[in-house]
Amino acid sequence: MGSGLRAALDRGLLQIEEDLLRMREMIDRALSKSLKSLVDRDTALAHEVIDEDKSINNLRYKIEEACLALIATQQPTASDLRMIMAIMSVVADLERMGDYAAGISKTVLRMGDEPLLKPLIDIPKMVDLARTMLRGSIQALLDHDVPRAREIASRDDEMDHLYQAIFDELVEIMARKPESVHRATYLLWCAHNLERIGDRVTNIAERVVFVSTGDFKDLNIKEEGIGGLN
Amino acid sequence: MQRMKETKAELKIKVKDLNFYYGPIKALNEISIDIQTCEITALIGPSGCGKSTFLRCLNRMNDTIPGVLVEGEILLDGEDIYRNGMDLALLRQRVGMVFQKPNPFPKSIFDNVAYGPRILGAGNKHEIEELVEESLKNVALWDEVKDSLNKDAFELSLGEQQRLCLARVLAVYPEVILMDEPCSALDPIATLKIEVLMQDLKKNYTIVIVTHNMQQAARVSDRTGLFWLGELVEFGQTDQIFTRPREERTEDYVTGRLG
Repeated sequence: MGSGLRAALDRGLLQIEEDLLRMREMIDRALSKSLKSLVDRDTALAHEVIDEDKSINNLRYKIEEACLALIATQQPTASDLRMIMAIMSVVADLERMGDYAAGISKTVLRMGDEPLLKPLIDIPKMVDLARTMLRGSIQALLDHDVPRAREIASRDDEMDHLYQAIFDELVEIMARKPESVHRATYLLWCAHNLERIGDRVTNIAERVVFVSTGDFKDLNIKEEGIGGLN
Repeated sequence: MQRMKETKAELKIKVKDLNFYYGPIKALNEISIDIQTCEITALIGPSGCGKSTFLRCLNRMNDTIPGVLVEGEILLDGEDIYRNGMDLALLRQRVGMVFQKPNPFPKSIFDNVAYGPRILGAGNKHEIEELVEESLKNVALWDEVKDSLNKDAFELSLGEQQRLCLARVLAVYPEVILMDEPCSALDPIATLKIEVLMQDLKKNYTIVIVTHNMQQAARVSDRTGLFWLGELVEFGQTDQIFTRPREERTEDYVTGRLG
């Protein structure tokens, strides 16, 4: 930490970073619970995830306000300013990730008593990957670790491939058994929410590069996704 | 290549390998910097880093100090101001200066502004009156003082006195205005008034400002240079210096980790 001259700025940044970590934990937990609510068809747990999303949203605003106050009162510059600007952007991405977790739980509620179309194989893999990417990207941000951020961003390809596999499989089922369209669509929604998380993590990784280098770089360089859905 | 750069219209002052000594003490070390026409260049750095010494080299104000030695070149519109036979009165008319503390003459408001033009033998009474009015309008002081031009300059507030000093500089038609912490004695509102003024003035003048106030440098300047222990550590576009400094010492200074 810096000298006493920057005590207020350092204190403010530390608090913001702690809140950011807390937000990450809340989303990590929301993702894990949303999967469990899908696997167990647990509507009470699904409601819990949807309710807790409000706390995630509130924490986002709290962090944004703290950033605003630091800019107004401490006039941060250079890497401090870049970090604060990055965090303001990152919390918007995190907040959306919370929405995606809640989106899975909302789908669970919509499914009602309809049985799952098929055993869940790739969706749990996507959740695992999403959580790993989420944790890694925020850690890379706090550590100013550009190589790690790039590595995390590159894993978005795995996410896209998993999504593509699910998409292809479900479309094939729907073509074969039109009566299953409803149930297939539910799973497609869940997979789509998870695929979006990968994109948000890529945004965060881009911010890590920005914090360290000052460059805005698009890390999401990949082949066109299927059916324009990626 | 070097030659072409010097003849570019935008370049007002070119400093090449400037060394400056107060007796045995080397206060400036190999400073090279290009100051562009109609821009505001801010010089920042901790106390004693050489930024004011550097500023005072630009119109040879340091010549008045015994035992100083200057090496290197300072070219004003391509002309070396340290050459033999340089007309110092003309130089200081072309490169005017505003100081940390407002220093009006113990004269009336009118006579403060008219002093320079009179010495330079500029025109008749009517022309001088016009020049005083124009200069006071240029520093946004005319409306406040037009009915009390014979009042003693010291009756003005500090902020008004500083603007009067700026009007005094403008009245002799300078090309470059050097400002050595012009707002350090002023309150925030008077400071902002000077800053607004600087934005107007840069349309016609080249301004170099030394400031302790980093936020002021960030607010007003087009380019910023960081001085550190007599060296120019980094010089670049102001937004780059404050958002993406290239040098570690700049990063440390602007973020308050150093100095």
